[in-house]
Amino acid sequence: MSQKNDLHKPSENEYLSCIRCGLCLSNCPTYREYLTETASPRGRVALARKGLEGDLKLTPNLYEQMYACFDCLACNEICPVGIRPADLALEMRYFQEQMNPKRWKGTLFSGLLSKPKSMERVTFPLRLYQMLGVRRLVYALGLRLLMPGQLRDMEAMLPHLPQRPLRSVLPEITESHGRSARKVGFFLGCAQSLLFADESAATVRVLARNGCTVITPRDAKCCGMPAMGYGRQDTVLDMARHNIEVFEKSGIEKIITDCATCGSTLKEYGKLLSDDPRWAERAKSFSGRVRDISEFLMEIPIIKPEGAIDARITYHDPCHLRRGQDVRQEPRELIKMINGAEFVEMNEADWCCGSAGSQLITHYGTSLKVLNRKMDNVEGSGADIIASGCPGCQMQLNVGVRRRRSKIRVVHPVLLLDEAYSKKGT
Amino acid sequence: MEEKTVKELKKIVGRDGVLHTPEDLAVYGYDGTFEDSSPDIVVLPETTEQVSRILQLAGRERIPVVTRGMGSGMAGASVPYRGGIVLTMTRMNRIIELDEENGMVLVESGIITAELQAEVEKKGLYYPPDPSSNRQSTIGGNIACNAGGPRCLKYGVTGDYVLGLTVVLPDGRILKTGGKTIKDVVGYDLKSLFTGSEGTLGVITEARLKLIAKPDVIHTASAEFPSLNDASRTVNAILSAGIVPVTLELIDDTAIACIEEAMSLGLPRDVEAMLIIETDGSDKDSVAREIERIGAICKENGARTVTVAKDEDERNNLWKARRSIAPSLARMSPNKLGEDITVPRNAIPEAVRRLKDISARHGLPIAVFGHAGDGNLHPNVLFDLRNPDERATMEKMIAEIFETALDLGGTLSGEHGIGSLKLPFMERAVDAVSLDVQKSIRNLLDPLGIMNPGKALPE
Repeated sequence: MSQKNDLHKPSENEYLSCIRCGLCLSNCPTYREYLTETASPRGRVALARKGLEGDLKLTPNLYEQMYACFDCLACNEICPVGIRPADLALEMRYFQEQMNPKRWKGTLFSGLLSKPKSMERVTFPLRLYQMLGVRRLVYALGLRLLMPGQLRDMEAMLPHLPQRPLRSVLPEITESHGRSARKVGFFLGCAQSLLFADESAATVRVLARNGCTVITPRDAKCCGMPAMGYGRQDTVLDMARHNIEVFEKSGIEKIITDCATCGSTLKEYGKLLSDDPRWAERAKSFSGRVRDISEFLMEIPIIKPEGAIDARITYHDPCHLRRGQDVRQEPRELIKMINGAEFVEMNEADWCCGSAGSQLITHYGTSLKVLNRKMDNVEGSGADIIASGCPGCQMQLNVGVRRRRSKIRVVHPVLLLDEAYSKKGT
Repeated sequence: MEEKTVKELKKIVGRDGVLHTPEDLAVYGYDGTFEDSSPDIVVLPETTEQVSRILQLAGRERIPVVTRGMGSGMAGASVPYRGGIVLTMTRMNRIIELDEENGMVLVESGIITAELQAEVEKKGLYYPPDPSSNRQSTIGGNIACNAGGPRCLKYGVTGDYVLGLTVVLPDGRILKTGGKTIKDVVGYDLKSLFTGSEGTLGVITEARLKLIAKPDVIHTASAEFPSLNDASRTVNAILSAGIVPVTLELIDDTAIACIEEAMSLGLPRDVEAMLIIETDGSDKDSVAREIERIGAICKENGARTVTVAKDEDERNNLWKARRSIAPSLARMSPNKLGEDITVPRNAIPEAVRRLKDISARHGLPIAVFGHAGDGNLHPNVLFDLRNPDERATMEKMIAEIFETALDLGGTLSGEHGIGSLKLPFMERAVDAVSLDVQKSIRNLLDPLGIMNPGKALPE
């Protein structure tokens, strides 16, 4: 941790330029639930400014307002002056950590999350819970209903877990089907590997089917977003340097990820390391080659799948894909490419689902309110399937579906594509 | 604030409706200006009855009450300089009744204006007043400031759409005025008294608003003028020809330069002004004919080019330019103070000339833009608050801007209101007897002086 005199302070531009017009209130998911200035981007900017300029004490409650931000980036997008309130909230969290580091965060982010092996170990009980059939029992006996509400919702977040993390199963090199037209790297995210292994396996199959030789380096680490969210930007930089190095070794053209959050973080490496003379160029080159799977597939001559999926499909924009990476149309185009798929646009498809990583755990009430707004729109679309390329969103949407006892299936768009490929012509 | 008062407020609105941590208070002290002064407590009522009980309590304890919507005002009207209660109306945001047959809607005052507009437009109806802040302002705030907007040239201002109001008076009584009829001459027109009263006479909790049929056809044109004077002359030429466009917006070269620096929208940088003109209606041919005639008048009066937007995208681009002015000015300059003087339309060219002259004499840039069609100009002085000299110069310039408006038979404010920022100029702008009567009305309704003290009228 750095000395107190060389603290990394949030950039002044992010708050001095605020003209207090209030436009950001209109599309902030937390403001729209509470309708209080304190829960708004403009309010957070004012608090950060007053705190940093000494007009207000930097109290735990002030920092709590920074943690109450869902980092959905809607305010960054709408601000007419171009300031980034969501980034400021993250920077304030980092500022707090520098002033007053919390040891558990060091253990969690530098220790646990940066070592995939140890993460796999600690999540083993969860896999056991499912493998031994305990989960089925819990559901069959209605025991789930005996759990307190929040625990029940957290349980509902869990997808059907893979027996083994994908990282330990997926080969380092997957040969392309037919002639290899390009060699790409696959950045396997932690959540995808541990929770949505089927989807990432599908991502690799779809890439291979479209003429890609896929290199999946086993020694890649967490992208760093969870640490960033909890104010440990220093840890993120370590992870960034490590990951850049890992992917430099493999001589690949593009770096593909199927996780919206990983993608947005990997694309930030260039900016994060821009002040580091030894890394700036390498980081910039790395970030420039990162692609979300949907973005990449629409860049190359993609083979149209022959199989059909007869369903009404809607799409939820993950915040870190749409606003974090400006990937909007590509996932929709992929879905529309599938025979039989009837694509329906839901209202407010780009409104945050309330996941924001761990808000369901840390800000349960707000997270549920935001989720309810999303679920009303999902149900209003009349869709059978909701596609979204982000593990956080998928977990949250699963909670929504279970809470409403709905039959809607939550999937990654690439999984649908993979299904359509494997079905062949019908 | 005394513990027992806090308790009582919590009893009225519930624990969730009362905010008083230092962090809450720190964010309820500002509006859309650079003014800032924290209240003692923030209260968020959900019913008219709650508002009534809060005002009774405030009267008993002599606590100032400042009513606030989304805090986007441009004159400091919702800044609680004397502390007290900030009464935030944002949770009273329901549409109570949408009466399609009669073309009117009854809403709670905290509804966001753009959301109301979106809802009624689903039914083919239209609520025309369109303050630029319609996504971040409430109907209650719009009524309290009698807000305008670009479309008001053809359709009129907020007050023209108010059919009825529910107002909680400073003593807690609930007053209802107006109703479902378009014509109503029974008794004094109290809804007009409360419209534009800036929270000094009571708290507006519900409003019944007139709606019209949504126009199907809209045409938008932009005209580039090498000479600013020609552009301002053209405004009157169009109106004198008997055409009433929906909007007639002027943008000067300083504003264009700022937009281009900040966003590069491809506006011409070698002209002194642009006009953005829009016509609408239900008949395709007549709307098209109107925009053609307007184009011809622009050319006759010195426009270099006139371009009519071919589709929705081009139209949106033009409006993007117009909407980007204020934020672009903010990007280019540490601070800006936007005024909204209004002059008779035949004085527009002279007003614009004098504004430019003020800028030249004092050395700080003034960007001139605004709803030229109704004589409502937004001269924005660009300065740096951190530089005391510039602040003093800015204040001198603002005084001269107001003098200009009054000299030309105009007024201080077309749509932002007086709030606190324009108070020092009130006495010069309003007839002494009129001001005296206004003070008497205020004193009659609020003898204790608890409602938004120190605003709207000189003390």
